[in-house]
Amino acid sequence: MKHRLINLKPGRGGKIAWGALPFIVAVAVYFIFSALRLAENPNDKLLPGLSSFGAAIQRVAIDRDMRTGEILLWLDTFSSLRRLALGLGVSTILGLVFGVATGVIPYARAGLAPFIAVLSMIPPMAVLPILFITFGLDELSKVVLIAIGITPFLIRDLALRVAEMPGELIIKAETLGASTWQIILRVVLPQIVPRLADSLRLSLGPAWLFLISAEAIAAQDGLGYRIFLMRRYLAMDVILPYVAWITLLAFVMDWLLRLFNRRCFPWLTAASS
Amino acid sequence: MSHVSVRNLWMEYPGQVVLERVNLEIPSGSFNVLIGPSGCGKTTFLRLLLSMEQPTKGAILLDGQVLPPEPGPDRGIVFQRYSVFPHLTVIQNVILGLEFARSRGLGKLFGAARRRAVEEADRCIASVGLDAARDKYPAQLSGGMQQRLAIAQTLIRKPKLLLLDEPFGALDPGTKQQMYELTTRLWQEEKITVFMVSHDLKEAFTLATRVLTFDKVRIDPDAPGRYGATITFDLPLAKTAAFAEA
Repeated sequence: MKHRLINLKPGRGGKIAWGALPFIVAVAVYFIFSALRLAENPNDKLLPGLSSFGAAIQRVAIDRDMRTGEILLWLDTFSSLRRLALGLGVSTILGLVFGVATGVIPYARAGLAPFIAVLSMIPPMAVLPILFITFGLDELSKVVLIAIGITPFLIRDLALRVAEMPGELIIKAETLGASTWQIILRVVLPQIVPRLADSLRLSLGPAWLFLISAEAIAAQDGLGYRIFLMRRYLAMDVILPYVAWITLLAFVMDWLLRLFNRRCFPWLTAASS
Repeated sequence: MSHVSVRNLWMEYPGQVVLERVNLEIPSGSFNVLIGPSGCGKTTFLRLLLSMEQPTKGAILLDGQVLPPEPGPDRGIVFQRYSVFPHLTVIQNVILGLEFARSRGLGKLFGAARRRAVEEADRCIASVGLDAARDKYPAQLSGGMQQRLAIAQTLIRKPKLLLLDEPFGALDPGTKQQMYELTTRLWQEEKITVFMVSHDLKEAFTLATRVLTFDKVRIDPDAPGRYGATITFDLPLAKTAAFAEA
């Protein structure tokens, strides 16, 4: 039987194999070139081999740092995740409050929407010096950068989602005697929280970007700080595992948000099936 | 009691008159079906009854009082689509009206108050025949069942007027027939005044005690928006036993 390319579909095992292929190829290409370079110069630092990775990981993730007595990877991970969680938390609350308000209340929309639209056009990295000057070089300025970076997006996205809700539902709630507050609490919020989780997933990338940038410029610890510190020593054997670790953390956060939506909102799955 | 008077009602949008000179006296407990060609203003009339819009001139009176300027629990509505809340199960959709009324702050009932509301809602769900689907989400229901739910949800607030905006337009013929029987039974039980917009003449004459047709009587070919539609036929139907046959 002849099939068009668009009608040829991989089976279950095929999907896994095809999905794994690019990973395997990337890893293989890396180690081939690493081996080639190391054969030429055993002290090459650019593409370290497995044994250097092992030693580096041992150094940062298992042994205690000689100077501080801390395990660097955990210290950095803890600091970065704390900043990220604070930044995302503040943004989520602000996004929810202002997003729902501008979506539901015409006067809030008239008063805030243009301001937020302009605010969201300010490149967050451009205000980083201002944040460092006003909030100092420690935790606060990093959290504020993340919040400034993603809050306007969250507000605008949520306001759009609220506006997308069929007007019939709001009218219906009014005919059931609901006040504005009750409509927000029982009709708008429950339907918007899963959208918020989706918006947050999209914000994870920018949030990490702002976090690592701020840490690279001024910090005493953190995943971004460590990578940029290691750059001075061309310590690719530390940088690459750190990048892989950050990627894994971001992936797990994304997955948790998706899981949250699937677990907490059975009506969503009912609607899509 | 739910007597509706429409006094010299005009509805204009910029450059377009939609309704003009609508005068009506609707006695309590009648079943009124509004029909007419597309864009003839019957849906606009329903929106005015719901206070989704304000008339340009004239007024609608409910029991002698001018309608409040926004939708409220005295007038229930069932739309063709999006009438039920997708994030709530059938029972949650129905008790919602009671929760809005009895819990101003949270809009949610707990404990004994909730159990009482659930009892009331269960009776309401049973009367529209949705007992078996009590804990399902709207997305798991068929179109007809969703409209049954929308009606139950509306009736639990005991509105004076029940407004139906082409509620059965998207249903298949068999389901429609069941919905006619249900609607008629509930209308008789609740002694409620019903306004229903329909495209379907047969539906209109099956259900109504009074059929109101909307159309333009004056047409200016150079300016189609110059004149609006009004009620061109007002047909009271002697309908008592007609239902049993239908």
